[in-house]
Amino acid sequence: MRISSFCAVIAAVGVLLAGGASLSEELITLRNGLSIDQEAAAPPLPKVENHDKRRVRNFAEQPPTIPHTIRGYEVTRNANKCLSCHSRIQTGESQAPMVSVTHFMDRDNQVLATVSPRRYFCNQCHVVQEDVKPLVNNDFVDVELMLRNSEAPQ
Amino acid sequence: MKLTRRDYIKANAVAVAAGAAGLGKEAEAANLVTDRSRTNLTWSKAACRFCGTGCSVMVGTKDGKVVASHGDVKAEVNRGLNCVKGYFLSKILYGEDRLKTPLLRMKDGQYDKNGDFAPVSWETAFDVMAEKFKEAIRKNGPTAIGMFGSGQWTVWEGYAASKLMKAGFGSNNIEPNARHCMASAVAGFMRTFGIDEPMGCYDDIEATDAFVLWGSNMAEMHPILWTRLTDRRLSAPDTRVAVLSTYEHRCFDLADIPMVFTPQTDLAILNFIANYIIQNDRVNWDFVDQHVNFRRGNTDIGYGLRPEHPLEQKAANADKAGGSQEMTFEEFREFVAEYSLEKVSELSGVPEQQLVELAELYADPDRKVVSFWTMGFNQHTRGVWCNNLIYNIHLLVGKIATPGNSPFSLTGQPSACGTAREVGTFSHRLPADMVVTNPKHRAFAEKVWNIPAGVIPPKPGFHAAQHNRMLKDGKINAYWVQCNNNMQAAANLNEETWPGYRNPEAFIVVSDPYPTVTAGAADLILPTAMWVEKEGAYGNAERRTQFWHQLVKAPGESRSDLWQLVEFSKRFTTDEVWPKEVLSANPAFKGKTLYEVLFRNGSVDRFPLSETSPDYDNDESADFGFYLQKGLFEEYAIFGRDHGHDLAPFERYHEERGLRWPVVDGKETRWRFREGSDPYVGKGKGYEFYGKPDGRAVIFALPYEPPAESPDEEYDLWLCTGRVLEHWHSGSMTQRVPELYKSFPDAVVYMHPKDAESRGLRRGQEIRVVSRRGEIVSRVETRGRNKPPEGLVYVPWFDASQLINKVTLDATDPISKQTDYKKCAVKIVATGRA
Repeated sequence: MRISSFCAVIAAVGVLLAGGASLSEELITLRNGLSIDQEAAAPPLPKVENHDKRRVRNFAEQPPTIPHTIRGYEVTRNANKCLSCHSRIQTGESQAPMVSVTHFMDRDNQVLATVSPRRYFCNQCHVVQEDVKPLVNNDFVDVELMLRNSEAPQ
Repeated sequence: MKLTRRDYIKANAVAVAAGAAGLGKEAEAANLVTDRSRTNLTWSKAACRFCGTGCSVMVGTKDGKVVASHGDVKAEVNRGLNCVKGYFLSKILYGEDRLKTPLLRMKDGQYDKNGDFAPVSWETAFDVMAEKFKEAIRKNGPTAIGMFGSGQWTVWEGYAASKLMKAGFGSNNIEPNARHCMASAVAGFMRTFGIDEPMGCYDDIEATDAFVLWGSNMAEMHPILWTRLTDRRLSAPDTRVAVLSTYEHRCFDLADIPMVFTPQTDLAILNFIANYIIQNDRVNWDFVDQHVNFRRGNTDIGYGLRPEHPLEQKAANADKAGGSQEMTFEEFREFVAEYSLEKVSELSGVPEQQLVELAELYADPDRKVVSFWTMGFNQHTRGVWCNNLIYNIHLLVGKIATPGNSPFSLTGQPSACGTAREVGTFSHRLPADMVVTNPKHRAFAEKVWNIPAGVIPPKPGFHAAQHNRMLKDGKINAYWVQCNNNMQAAANLNEETWPGYRNPEAFIVVSDPYPTVTAGAADLILPTAMWVEKEGAYGNAERRTQFWHQLVKAPGESRSDLWQLVEFSKRFTTDEVWPKEVLSANPAFKGKTLYEVLFRNGSVDRFPLSETSPDYDNDESADFGFYLQKGLFEEYAIFGRDHGHDLAPFERYHEERGLRWPVVDGKETRWRFREGSDPYVGKGKGYEFYGKPDGRAVIFALPYEPPAESPDEEYDLWLCTGRVLEHWHSGSMTQRVPELYKSFPDAVVYMHPKDAESRGLRRGQEIRVVSRRGEIVSRVETRGRNKPPEGLVYVPWFDASQLINKVTLDATDPISKQTDYKKCAVKIVATGRA
């Protein structure tokens, strides 16, 4: 019953936050409205988005998300599969984006001959995106949009 | 393959939709805006909101919104780096389900425990809440109220909360969720050194030759420290990395000595290393003779379950778990002698050769070594012992408190050290390592707080696991949760937390920015300002205190935890909460509100609004009419100055990227307990462990003892729980950032392919994870970042839809009262659905 009432609950949240209707513990957004003492079916394992298209970054310094699967990629102290396409000298052949120039800098911003080991484990910042819809929308405003929506000074 | 990908991209060369950012196709035609008055962003520093590493971030704001963030190049901790969570900090404020008004369960216009949530004003919210707290105190005394906060409170929020509870309500029933996280580390420090927190600092990473990770998956849980460790290992190829865990995780990708051991046998491995050092004559006698005492700890201490549990009934020393007796080195040598290479290899499952390589990292006098540990040690029914035993090893060889030689306890929360530990928001603590059981400490606190003697109760309050038990038993009747998600975080949800919160005798208040699982179980929800919506201070794992300014306004009627605590204090007078005899002996306090006594006391309110920054808002101070954060901080700092916990003046922290205490004569301290680097060490002493009266640290004889619950015929697998890189704790912030959500949307059950096969399961199949206490529904994952050995499964706890704490056991370390989330017995059963 709880799952079937999910849509109604979400609608109620919308109304409530605008200052209207009431609702019970089903306001827990991340449980899709399911009561704490119940168990939902588990969603199927998702598939990684593997379209190779670059995604717009939220702001200039955001590490780009990975637009392809990385299943089976070895990144250990012996080998770094990501660099076989993204390292500076490989990009001619691979046409993959070169790792950012920041990645050549040590802790003191000194540029090294190769990628700094402090950036060695790529997936600490760069992550794949599974093909799923976000549970909750995010109202973050892109600064470019902010500029366009604001009037140019006279 | 590479060319195929390129071809594929060309063949699909369509414009990538910018829809997520709200930018339409017209964006292509727009001219670049170059007017500096419009393109300028305001950049300000802040401490990261997530883990205990304590990275500094630069936060870009424009028109009242956070629009960007990046790692702070001026910060020693992270030098310009962030992990993936840190890079997305700018979006954690903006989940579309932010709470914007108080919500009260109501029926027919009145509060009703079984009612539905309805928006109310702050006035009504505090009216109902004050009535419930007063009723609880009137009926059952101050132990009938409780507060559960966190290591995510800012320093002054924790201080205000602790003061309100202990000096205001006269109740020690305040706990941080750091009890789940750090308590074993705290008790370990107090037992061995007599003073809390690490002697070393992160500078040890670049100074050492070897790292040993004991139950710490730094690659995912402390990513920026992991980048520093990786940098050291790969830049200086002779460096060695040893990793010990009950399953393979990402740190194994860098390990020179990778070791998977049987759960709980870390105790035996630690004793083996001590034995190895002694047997091979590698003891640093100069150090041991001058700076160390030996003690034998009590054994058979139980498992911190409810007293009527058979395991507690059976334990000989459950009521004196922390006790110990003097012993000699000879006796210690005999004690560890039984932990032979053969025996420990057999018990732990770690090959003999690896155990010797590991022991040599410590024993070799020419090698410096850093030990890191986190929840593998701390969330352990013998967690305090683990902490004591690792110090044993460093002390035996004198590898401590010098650059690169460091037993280093890492923290999980951004201010587990700064707030939970240093402020002392535990049920037994006062600021600066003082405790409520010590009459001198209570007297000191009452003097600083300018309250009459006898207000602070001498008996420790209930600890975290007991909070839920006491709610269930009807002993705590009014309860306030701030800055954490304990319905999701506390072990044994079905038997303790859920019945506790929904007990008709309990009134539960939850302050949170979002409708979390805990908020859903509450009776009153208070919408709360978060992170840079308020002026804040955090203290990280290396004793570094960091400040930030309020950078944006909180949405709707949200108010910070600090505002809520101080405003609520106005609703109580001393007559309603203090003992009658205290008031009759101190009639000047009669009829005063707690606000007047605690916050308008001439100390907290002594800095005027004019001292707040002209460049930033400070909503709480503006509301109360004085510089609240500065007043609280400077009053709090009195506890630690000249007591080994010196903090710098308030303003300095707004200028610095943090300072490591003790800050004496304006200078921070990087290595404590060593002459020349710690101003508290006496001249000519070399080392001085001044937390102990004789300046000597303690080596403890403590044995291997079995865990509270192990797999058997029916429940045939170990369950280990923990975090993932992309989500922080219960996911209440990171699950609302679409990029982080999509990187790891749902919890899965990591298991060995053979364990899946032997149960007739395949990858992706829907299963139930069942223990004696409860179950969840999840999916099998036999690939990916975690590779458990046969016989163990790993389930992350960030997923609100898969509450793994329905399954876990609320056994705790009997000394620290910290829950063991790493070991219980489960079975895995197919649901029969696809």
